[in-house]
Amino acid sequence: ACAQLQLAAPVALVFAPGSVPGDLPRPLPFRDVQETEIPVNLRTSVTSRYETVYRSTTAREEAALDVATAREADAALHLLQDASVGSLTLYVVPETSPLLPQGVSVYVGKHRSALVRAGGGLAALRTRLQQLTQVMSFTATSIAAALSDRVPDGQLGPDARRHLKSSLGYEITFSLLNPDPKSHDVDWDIEDAVNRYVQPVLDKLSLVANFSVDSQILYYAVLGVTPRFDKESSSFLLSTHSLPHVINPVEARLGSSAASLYPVLNFLLYVPERSHSPLYIQDKDGAPVPTNAFHSPRWGGIMIYNVEAPASPQASLPLHVDVDMVRVMEVFLAQLRLLFGLSREELPPEFLLESPGNEGLADWELDRLLWAHTVENIATVSTTLTSLAQLLDKIGNIVIKDDVASEV
Amino acid sequence: GGMAAALLLLLLLAAGPGPGRARRDVLREELLLSPLPAGDVAATFQFRTRWDADLQRGEVSHYRLFPKALGRLVAALGVRELHLALTQGFWRTQAWGQPPLQAPAGAELWVWFQPTVTDVDKAWKELSNILSGIFCASLNFIDSTNTVTPTASFKPLGLANGTDHHLLRYAVLPREVVCTENLTPWKKLLPCGSKAGLAVLLKAERLFHSSYHSQAVHIRPVCRDASCLAVSWELRQTLTVVFDSFASGQGKKDWSLFKMFSRTLTDACPLASQSKVYVDISPKSKEKELLEVTPPPTSVHEAVVQGDKRTYAVYDLLSPSLFNTSRSLNVQLKWQRPQDSSELPTPVLHAQRYVSGYGLQTGEISTLIYNTHPYRAFPVLLLETVPWYLRLYVHTLTIITKGKENKPSYIHYQPAQDRRRPHLLEMLIQLPANSITKVTIQFERALLKWTEYTPDPNHGFYVGSSVLSALVPSVIAMKDGDVEQSPLFTSLFPSSDGSSYFVRLYTEPLLVNLPTPDFSMPYNVICLTCTVVAVCYGSFYNLLTRTFHVEEPSRGGLAKRLANIIRKFRGVPPL
Repeated sequence: ACAQLQLAAPVALVFAPGSVPGDLPRPLPFRDVQETEIPVNLRTSVTSRYETVYRSTTAREEAALDVATAREADAALHLLQDASVGSLTLYVVPETSPLLPQGVSVYVGKHRSALVRAGGGLAALRTRLQQLTQVMSFTATSIAAALSDRVPDGQLGPDARRHLKSSLGYEITFSLLNPDPKSHDVDWDIEDAVNRYVQPVLDKLSLVANFSVDSQILYYAVLGVTPRFDKESSSFLLSTHSLPHVINPVEARLGSSAASLYPVLNFLLYVPERSHSPLYIQDKDGAPVPTNAFHSPRWGGIMIYNVEAPASPQASLPLHVDVDMVRVMEVFLAQLRLLFGLSREELPPEFLLESPGNEGLADWELDRLLWAHTVENIATVSTTLTSLAQLLDKIGNIVIKDDVASEV
Repeated sequence: GGMAAALLLLLLLAAGPGPGRARRDVLREELLLSPLPAGDVAATFQFRTRWDADLQRGEVSHYRLFPKALGRLVAALGVRELHLALTQGFWRTQAWGQPPLQAPAGAELWVWFQPTVTDVDKAWKELSNILSGIFCASLNFIDSTNTVTPTASFKPLGLANGTDHHLLRYAVLPREVVCTENLTPWKKLLPCGSKAGLAVLLKAERLFHSSYHSQAVHIRPVCRDASCLAVSWELRQTLTVVFDSFASGQGKKDWSLFKMFSRTLTDACPLASQSKVYVDISPKSKEKELLEVTPPPTSVHEAVVQGDKRTYAVYDLLSPSLFNTSRSLNVQLKWQRPQDSSELPTPVLHAQRYVSGYGLQTGEISTLIYNTHPYRAFPVLLLETVPWYLRLYVHTLTIITKGKENKPSYIHYQPAQDRRRPHLLEMLIQLPANSITKVTIQFERALLKWTEYTPDPNHGFYVGSSVLSALVPSVIAMKDGDVEQSPLFTSLFPSSDGSSYFVRLYTEPLLVNLPTPDFSMPYNVICLTCTVVAVCYGSFYNLLTRTFHVEEPSRGGLAKRLANIIRKFRGVPPL
């Protein structure tokens, strides 16, 4: 049976005074629909449908666009529009407008809107619109990645199956590994760091799933790999190909979450032993990785925190170490974004992206995640129901317990 | 690359490192070596983590010394107290004396839930399944057929607001075997693992080569300090092992840490605030000590434990003077004079249980309770859990002391329901001084359905140990010391007043044979039937279908004629 999926996204193209191109087919306001087909496999196809509304700005929007910088404009516009999840609004400003800095023709805001410099007619605008939907909404690759179990193997890129599967909830565990408590007395203010840095991001993501966070400190937990000593830099190095072997021995100590069924994301902070300090991770070219961290798709991330040697060799052990949670949380939050697949793809030139600030991700990034998860959920549901129906067709008198039957 | 740069803008509120916060959890570890009368030695390890956080209220989710697996379990399922013990062997109270903390053979789990839990049975089932996963034990076999709700025994050992006994569940699995795969997850819960401190001695090949091995986990809420305004959570992991002088000691009665555990102590756990080894050197009679310990202890501690004044040699692993002379500590115990059998101490309270009767239809369970105190009488609470397939006749329950009938002052009996609930019998019996009390009850054995038999049904079916709880009067008054200062083995049970101490004893488990069908019969029947049918049918078919016809004798070929010539020479008749 052929499966057809249609993804409809409402788009609005709003023209500020002085930016209306000359070659509009009809006078403003008017509507337009664009449908493209994304082939997935022989039996499934996904159509994307962009319902575009072309209109001119209202008086309040004009007032909002009349500010000094693009960021303020974005903030003011956000208050005016009631952008529903998945929608996109494009404001076209005149070529001479001071909002966009020199050399930048598209500014992507924190919420669901973007500012585009006018010029070049309707065709150029439509190209810009296309580029913007590739960035802010879904693309063929992201949909194919979400349906990854239906796509034949050759077509997907290497990154396709790396993102976390969609689930009702996730558990995030921060673990501090201290293999040498005699030398290092490590203290981390994890509670404060979670409330301050992690919780705003999770609150933003709460539309996608439920999150629960906890943390633990594990002592005498060693990495499974012995690092090499490098004489030139007088430090210890972990090469890239030994990284996969690091996780397995540690995972035995991490413990499974017995009380819930959600997938667990582990973020480990490893403080190397006195005898193996300082420890750096090497990337493929042999240079030490600047953040000294790596992540494993669908599992979590590990960061190595080096402690400086004591000034005098007679310093009393154990050394008291207060972990710099800012540096650590930066890396962990970046890894969290990578695990969810919120990485920024290659941007076309002349694009400027607004940083999402304390919340960790922009509204449109959340939309991308929701698109991918929704498509994945629908695909899973249809597969499950189809296979259930086929099973019941083949085995007419299968015995099913009452509680199982009530769930179907 | 660009991502990290973008996120650097994220965290503009860079706070400086806060001042060193007071740690909220404390670890104490302790090892008690007590020589037993027959030349054996008992070693009791205790690891106690006290966490000043309220696991019940609020989202406590940041763990340090308290293991995350147990903390999440307690918070998620609304557990107030949890006691799990896995034991191999039996503590012979008569020969070895009163145990500090005894557990029945097999697995025992008893849990008090919070009053906020609405469906206690569902929480109990989830809890036993999760614990079964954490400890690699078959606790998932705990279901309604071996769970009871005692009304008077097993009162909470920690802080308790009210005691509605419907929040208590008790189950025992006497058939459970304890081995290395249960010890490893138990060791994993310790903050230092088995890498430092007293836990380095816990090596499986020596621990299981012993007469008695019991490991337990106890979680309970305790008062944070003397004023008891706030609640802390206490996790105690205890491990008791008895080394036999013949099996492990090669017949000699001199013991050392190396002989017992094949390891010595090199340091204390860096996370522990206290790490001590206590050796019981109490003189058994008024003469000088029986036991000599080397190296010399850091201090000597005297305490009244279980009604006796005892002296302990203390080795404090955190004191710097201990490891001055040698890098490792190997405590050696030498007996100074041979043991006299007349010096065997008799414990004040001990019990025995056995099953009697003949045949596979009826039987009788008898429990003998001994009170050897010369002049004090005290009551004892007896709890018996009997599986449903031994049908007890309560009208045959008799309690006889010194030839006269003894009526219990409190009796609670819950009859069994076939395949759903076991028998529960709780009695408060007054034991007169210097007496033996015999409690007998008759039962009838049930015939089970053929799918309910265990794989080796002729081994028998286990009946779990009965539990005796009593406040035994002590000769010497005991001071109620501060929990934080006194050794851990004295603060296991809360003491209400100084004149008596709490004791919980377990009797032997019973092994009862049920009428077992002969499981080879289906095979025999099939063989016999098939043989009869084959012979019958075969003969009948032959009779009906066999035909006879005459065969011409052939003249024989060349070979036959040659053979006949040879036979004529030999003088044998021709073919």
